[in-house]
Amino acid sequence: MEHNNTEKHGSSYTTLILVWIGLLALTSITVTVAGISLGQYTLFVALLIAAIKSGFVINIFMHIKFEEPIFKVFIAVSGVTLIVIFFLTFADYLF
Amino acid sequence: MASNIEAIIPTEQQAHRDDVGARMGMWLFLFTEILLFGGMFLIYAVYRFKYPDQFHLAGMELNTGIGTLNTIILLTSSLTMALSIAAIQKKNKALSVIMLSSTLLFAFLFMVNKFFEWSAKISHGIYPGSKELLEKQNGEILFFGLYYVMTGLHALHIIIGVVILTFMLVFLIRNKITSDNYVKLENSGLYWHLVDLIWIFLFPLFYLIQ
Repeated sequence: MEHNNTEKHGSSYTTLILVWIGLLALTSITVTVAGISLGQYTLFVALLIAAIKSGFVINIFMHIKFEEPIFKVFIAVSGVTLIVIFFLTFADYLF
Repeated sequence: MASNIEAIIPTEQQAHRDDVGARMGMWLFLFTEILLFGGMFLIYAVYRFKYPDQFHLAGMELNTGIGTLNTIILLTSSLTMALSIAAIQKKNKALSVIMLSSTLLFAFLFMVNKFFEWSAKISHGIYPGSKELLEKQNGEILFFGLYYVMTGLHALHIIIGVVILTFMLVFLIRNKITSDNYVKLENSGLYWHLVDLIWIFLFPLFYLIQ
């Protein structure tokens, strides 16, 4: 199913350009939002937007959407590892 | 069964290549890069938590305009990189060469911006170990230390990327990268997108502290 013969793992030019426009839009949102004082939510909103942008880059530009499932498992494992390291560090640091 | 597989991936099988394996190897390398930068983001997180006001104060001194411009440049270079791979997949070598050259051009523009940004900071006396910086509070010294190390390491990755992509451009022109053998270009693209990905996080954390 993933091994489509004609379009092995590619996106059309249009898709790539639309993703790029989306990324630029998210950039302008994050710059605008930074100017508004949201207090403690500022960092959360900035990181949320960065995560959404990463999702676009990883899935479309880096072709993960069209890649075999094992690649997604790899990324999940490395992502979870990073989150665990952050969590354990802050658990140690806060208490 | 065997004939079935051959029908699906003919050229890869005949040439004894494993493109999926090659991409998997590249991803494993990218994970070591994520851990390298991840460690630095961890240090940043702990010190930002410890000195929120001083990080805020120091962050205000960075030029948001240049940061935003470099974000746009890097996102666009990622687009041209992805377009270059899509073009070679669609057997359009000329477009692929144009797009890869554009990626190199945007990388160069990024570095020019970085040069002016750092020059301005250094001429204001803000660089690691400078007298003016050491007179500031601990949190501000840490912020600028992390700023130089993290954006510096990122810029080093851009320079390495430029070298790799230049090789790919030569391979592409000399037909070493073709429409049925382009995994080298794909893997270089993965590296380039990772550099973009790291910048996506560096940008709000350093330039957008208001």
